[in-house]
Amino acid sequence: MEEPFLRIEGVSKSFGVFQAVKDVSLTVGKGEIFALLGGSGCGKTTLLRMLAGFEEPTAGKIFLDGRDMSGVPPWERPVHMMFQSYAIFPHMTVEANVGYGLKHEKAMSKADRAARVAEMLDLVQLTPFAKRKPHQISGGQRQRVALARALARQPKLLLLDEPLAALDKKLREHTQFELMSIQERTGVTFIVVTHDQEEAMTLADRIAVMDKGEVKQIGSPTEIYEFPNSRFVAGFIGSVNSFEATVIGRERPHLRLSVPGLGGEVLARDVPAAVEGQKVTLAVRPEKILLGKERSASANSFQGHVKDLAYFGKDSLYRVALPDALVQAHAVNARRGDEGARVADWNDDVWLSFEPASAIVLVG
Amino acid sequence: MSTEGFSRWFDRKGWVGLVIGLPYVWLVVLFLLPFLIVLAMSVATNTPTAPPFSFGGEHPWINLGAYERIATDGLYVRAFLTSIFNAFVSAMLCLLIGYPMALGLTRVSKSWRNILLMLVILPFWTSFLLRVYAWMGLMGKNSWFNGLLTDAWNFLVPIDWAVKSIPMMNSNFAVVLVMVYTYLPFMILPLYASLERLDPNLDEAAMDLGSRPAQVFRDVTLPQSLPGIIAGGMLVFIPAAGELVIPTLVGNASQPMIGRLISDEFSQARDWPMAAAIAVALLVLMVVPTMIYSHYQAKAEGSK
Amino acid sequence: MKRRSTFLMIVLGFGFAFFYIPILSMIVYSFNASRLATVWGGFSTKWYVSLLSNDKVIDALFLSLKIAVISATVATILGTMAGIALARFTKFRGRVLFSGLVTAPLIMPEVITGISSLIFFILMADWVGWPGARGFSTITLAHITFSMVFVTTIVQARMIQSDRAIEEAAMDLGSRPWQVMFDITLPVISPAIMSGWLLAFTISLDDVVITSFTTGPGSTTLPLLIWSKVKLGVTPDINALATLMVLTVGAGVVAAGIIMTRAERRRLADERMAFRNND
Repeated sequence: MEEPFLRIEGVSKSFGVFQAVKDVSLTVGKGEIFALLGGSGCGKTTLLRMLAGFEEPTAGKIFLDGRDMSGVPPWERPVHMMFQSYAIFPHMTVEANVGYGLKHEKAMSKADRAARVAEMLDLVQLTPFAKRKPHQISGGQRQRVALARALARQPKLLLLDEPLAALDKKLREHTQFELMSIQERTGVTFIVVTHDQEEAMTLADRIAVMDKGEVKQIGSPTEIYEFPNSRFVAGFIGSVNSFEATVIGRERPHLRLSVPGLGGEVLARDVPAAVEGQKVTLAVRPEKILLGKERSASANSFQGHVKDLAYFGKDSLYRVALPDALVQAHAVNARRGDEGARVADWNDDVWLSFEPASAIVLVG
Repeated sequence: MSTEGFSRWFDRKGWVGLVIGLPYVWLVVLFLLPFLIVLAMSVATNTPTAPPFSFGGEHPWINLGAYERIATDGLYVRAFLTSIFNAFVSAMLCLLIGYPMALGLTRVSKSWRNILLMLVILPFWTSFLLRVYAWMGLMGKNSWFNGLLTDAWNFLVPIDWAVKSIPMMNSNFAVVLVMVYTYLPFMILPLYASLERLDPNLDEAAMDLGSRPAQVFRDVTLPQSLPGIIAGGMLVFIPAAGELVIPTLVGNASQPMIGRLISDEFSQARDWPMAAAIAVALLVLMVVPTMIYSHYQAKAEGSK
Repeated sequence: MKRRSTFLMIVLGFGFAFFYIPILSMIVYSFNASRLATVWGGFSTKWYVSLLSNDKVIDALFLSLKIAVISATVATILGTMAGIALARFTKFRGRVLFSGLVTAPLIMPEVITGISSLIFFILMADWVGWPGARGFSTITLAHITFSMVFVTTIVQARMIQSDRAIEEAAMDLGSRPWQVMFDITLPVISPAIMSGWLLAFTISLDDVVITSFTTGPGSTTLPLLIWSKVKLGVTPDINALATLMVLTVGAGVVAAGIIMTRAERRRLADERMAFRNND
């Protein structure tokens, strides 16, 4: 098997008695954008700092391009980082910031360095601001200085710690696409740490969801969203309705479950791990649930009445009371008009239905 | 996050050793060692030699005589009481004058505030000695200030009580007055810092809930500025208790404060063990206010 | 917002009168022709003339300045090192003692510092033959010792405030720790180092108590000269000297204030500009 570009092997990190990272193993391919996603304190930043060399793993090894990084100090690693605070040197101009790392490239001539700085400034569209001091530029520009500075030495791996967290919402969307296009042009492997699931889904080729120092699931954004492997991942990415359920039997390609909360039986997507009689969790995303006045032909159909509804314009969120559960359903307001826009109103009796393929069975 | 990494890398080149070691050794040799010598000196015996002490070659090696005298001799007990009293009264007066001044500073416009703050700090940078000296000029018998006060006194009291001038110099009153004058900025600045941080919305919320301004001050402003009050109070009390210059220049020689006593025992009586013992006793006296200060200082900074 | 302001403004007014009337009175009386320092005898500048032609005063001033410059410089170097050590190296043997050693001189009464330094110098001369004579060198050593801890306090506070990430960023970009120190850390904290120097300089220039214990024959600093004269009472030439010192320092502080206000205004303008071209 070919050696992967970056291989993290059984890495753990403890600070005293606190275990920040627990036995993490994963690989990242060359040119990939890989996201470490999780809430605060999940260990994602510690993992990033171990990649940069600021922390040594307590156990386990990190291989970059086949080289064991143990004991290699940060200044000798071909890995650069874009810090969450951007960490722009406040006493240097934009130009000097971007060129700072290049002074360690002994083989480069002065002219080459200047050319490289100019190229980087051009890449992030900061050429007119080259002579400015950091306090004379905006937050978005500072973010680009940090990016250009980290890319100037052509790192093998670029680490981005919450790259968009300090920007306002409008700028964030724009910057997301800019980051992706810069990554495409430079071909550098990106590892992005973020707590924002939308950011991870848009940016990354693959995502590792972390919780309490452990990696819960690794996969493409679609895999993580459509096929979560645990209640934690299902709940962390997007919103979800979950119900206690018991496996009744296998009806290939489906599983039949008894779901007391919905007051009936449900056909769900089969998972190999489930066995007959087992207690499992059934998860259904709100937008996968169809809402109608009449019973649909779907295998999974249940009647309830609308308890609450929130109108968002393009869609509405309904909270529907069933015998022993409250179910959230998203419905697009496709029709025009003030009254007719809604599928149903308060206290209306409605039918909820979902495809077996949308019913996720979570074991454990 | 962990900071062990930083020193770990420095260690490779011995930089940590240099950066820590140089100031460390300096302070150990020129501060700690002299202090330890004073500590040892306080239990030595005074002798008419040069230098005037000896650690008895015979019994008793440890001579607690000096400490015994501090506890029993009226001169020393009085000096300690005078110092504590003067320092305490000064701290109180600084609080009474400094609190409204600090509060007033938070209520003026921003440009005025910077100018006034600069005027509070300005005396800091001028000579301490000359600030004391300025009051010597004002308090003297023939000065315009004393004359003004004398006239006011003679106007207010019955004719038999009239005086030619008010005897201000060389008294505890003069010591307290000048200590208030020189240490007032120490009170105003921490108070201002803690008052300035207060959220004005809290005042408004209290008023909105029906409190009158005086009640707002009592219920909201005052409790929140307590760490600043205590920090400022200790910042005045601590140096005031050990003050030497002010009591020497404007104080009453027959009612010395501890600082002056230490200096006199050392230079005039040439009783080094006695001077050392008083110094140690003064430091012990300061331990408690210092601990209170650092506790509230941390609190005042923590509430940022 | 402007509640109770009348009372507070009156107190503020009286407070500033309290601060400045003694100083103003001193300045006015420095132009007093009368030998009796507290009785007005007409306008004269003769005390300034006699002051500036007094070699003792001029010598004392230069000795004070020499000691202040040297001790402030050494104290800044040592104090900065201690500040960096305390802010950045969280674990080293003897850290508790070290942090005690940099706080103790701040609260130690000057009399005690002075006497313990003097005893130390006397005993050292007895034991190892150094220092042979007390004076310039012993004063300077004592000044360095008690002013370095002020520098440490300022530098340490600044270091704790500053973003650790910028040091890590420099390391991440290929700089070794000692390079980071000179490229990043020291330039970033340089304003704190400069205020530390200024404070150490002022403390040294102003000190009477510790200097009076550590001095020797022939080494009279300006505060010692004033001290010996003032102990005998109010004299008109000290008024003149005080006026010159107050005006010099006042002019310096006001100038510094104006420069800082200008810099602040420019920074605000810069920030507005940055906000305008926010993309």
